[in-house]
Amino acid sequence: MLERGVVEGRVSEDLMRETLKTKEIWINMGPQHPSTHGVLRLVLALEGERIVDTEVVIGYLHRGMEKLAESLTYPQFLPYTDRLDYISSNAMNFGYVLAMEKLMGIEVPERAQYIRVMMAELTRISSHLVWLATHALDIGAMTVFLYCFRDREAILDLFEMVCGARLTTTYFRIGGVANDLPEGFIEQAREFCKVFPKKAKDYDDLILKNRMWLSRTVNVAKISAEDGLNLGLSGPSIRGSGVYWDIRKDEPYSNYDKLDWEIAVESGCDVYARYLVRLKEMRESCKIVSQCLDILEKTNGPVMGKVPKVIRPPEGEVYASVEAPKGELGFYIVSDGSPKPYRLKIRAPSFANLISLPVMIKGHLVADVIAAIGSIDVVLGEVDR
Amino acid sequence: MGIVERKLPDNALTRLVDKVVNWARRSSLWPMTFGLACCAIEMMAAGASRYDFDRFGVIFRATPRQSDVMIVAGTVTVKMAPVLRKVYDQMPEPRWVISMGTCANTGKNFNTYHVVQGVDQIVPVDVYVPGCPPRPEGLMYGVIKLQEKIDRMKVFRK
Repeated sequence: MLERGVVEGRVSEDLMRETLKTKEIWINMGPQHPSTHGVLRLVLALEGERIVDTEVVIGYLHRGMEKLAESLTYPQFLPYTDRLDYISSNAMNFGYVLAMEKLMGIEVPERAQYIRVMMAELTRISSHLVWLATHALDIGAMTVFLYCFRDREAILDLFEMVCGARLTTTYFRIGGVANDLPEGFIEQAREFCKVFPKKAKDYDDLILKNRMWLSRTVNVAKISAEDGLNLGLSGPSIRGSGVYWDIRKDEPYSNYDKLDWEIAVESGCDVYARYLVRLKEMRESCKIVSQCLDILEKTNGPVMGKVPKVIRPPEGEVYASVEAPKGELGFYIVSDGSPKPYRLKIRAPSFANLISLPVMIKGHLVADVIAAIGSIDVVLGEVDR
Repeated sequence: MGIVERKLPDNALTRLVDKVVNWARRSSLWPMTFGLACCAIEMMAAGASRYDFDRFGVIFRATPRQSDVMIVAGTVTVKMAPVLRKVYDQMPEPRWVISMGTCANTGKNFNTYHVVQGVDQIVPVDVYVPGCPPRPEGLMYGVIKLQEKIDRMKVFRK
């Protein structure tokens, strides 16, 4: 009976209405739920165990960042950007400093550009490792969690070397980076690049062809490229639907166009495809890091451009976006000529990605919600801001 | 412990019994995963490979009903505060709270309309761990301090 009404792995709504005449109930999931990646709350309308409607309730981590920015000077707001997406703080810094440099027309030295790209890519790897760890943990693979966090510590050690902090680095500055790479950094980073592909193979061995992993992810939470684009999905989540779109390639910023790497794209549209995209991205990032290291080893130079002591950008507005680990991160800054922004709007990738969650999970089982949340990789600090 | 709690005279026997009870309590502190923001990532790191909290008997539980200590890791907002209180009320006694990170301690630089300026306005806090976010070693130190506090607790004796 079920075979008849199955469309793309989901039970069609007509069949559901026809055969499963259960009363629709609303259940609450979160905000204190171990698998919602923070304080996300979902209100699910269920018929039996099938989801018919979802309401995403956000705001449990709303810290008023954008309003706060209006009362702080431009450099003062930089540490706050770390706390947007706290897993990938360098990428957040990157977006903000790029917007500021575009607004003020500051030239960034070549060496600083490469350091930035390298740090951003290391951040991408560490962010994807946290994603893989928690995503696998939610679905039930505990070992992956331990493996990923073990390897992530190596990256955090590198961060610690350059700026002393593990998570909230604030290493980037408007016009460059805070200081040059410390002694021994390049060797340690090179060691990481050498070891990481082998480590990445470990993750593959654990779950890539694991039958349970496949049954939990393949054909689950599908979203077509068209739907995804219409809903503003970006980053690895849209690349999992076969859209060849990456800001690093399409609108290259910093030095990405001078490096050799590929965009990771999969056409499965499901949780498994998004998983493959992120795994491939980690390997590509590792490639970028080693290329940057080659260049940084040979060259020398300043890491800070010419920046006035008091940052007072001219009147005007600017939008700059970067490819953060979660998707397109944009900063829209309106300046009125004073040392504080008149308005600062953050286009957070997680926030935009979260909107497509109800579309993804409609018609699926409750257990698949967990897989779907994991696959779009939301960070609530960024969603609520 | 109910009817005899803090009622018996303070002598060698009750001191010994207290010591045993406290030893049991401090050696299996099961925290609840109450990750709110950035600190939650460091809390996860503390539970994972390198720092390995399991060796302290600290095993993360996903439900308040099974946990002894709540690690408030992150910014507590006005919207989250009632939830936090509700979860705290669901925990069985004896229960403790570790406030992890400056946001939970004092609100820090998020002095805005939607941030609770210190989680101690919502629940009683035993240990404050400073840092933004604290390193896993910091959290470890906080847990050890809490264990020291538990060691000093009177269970049966007055």
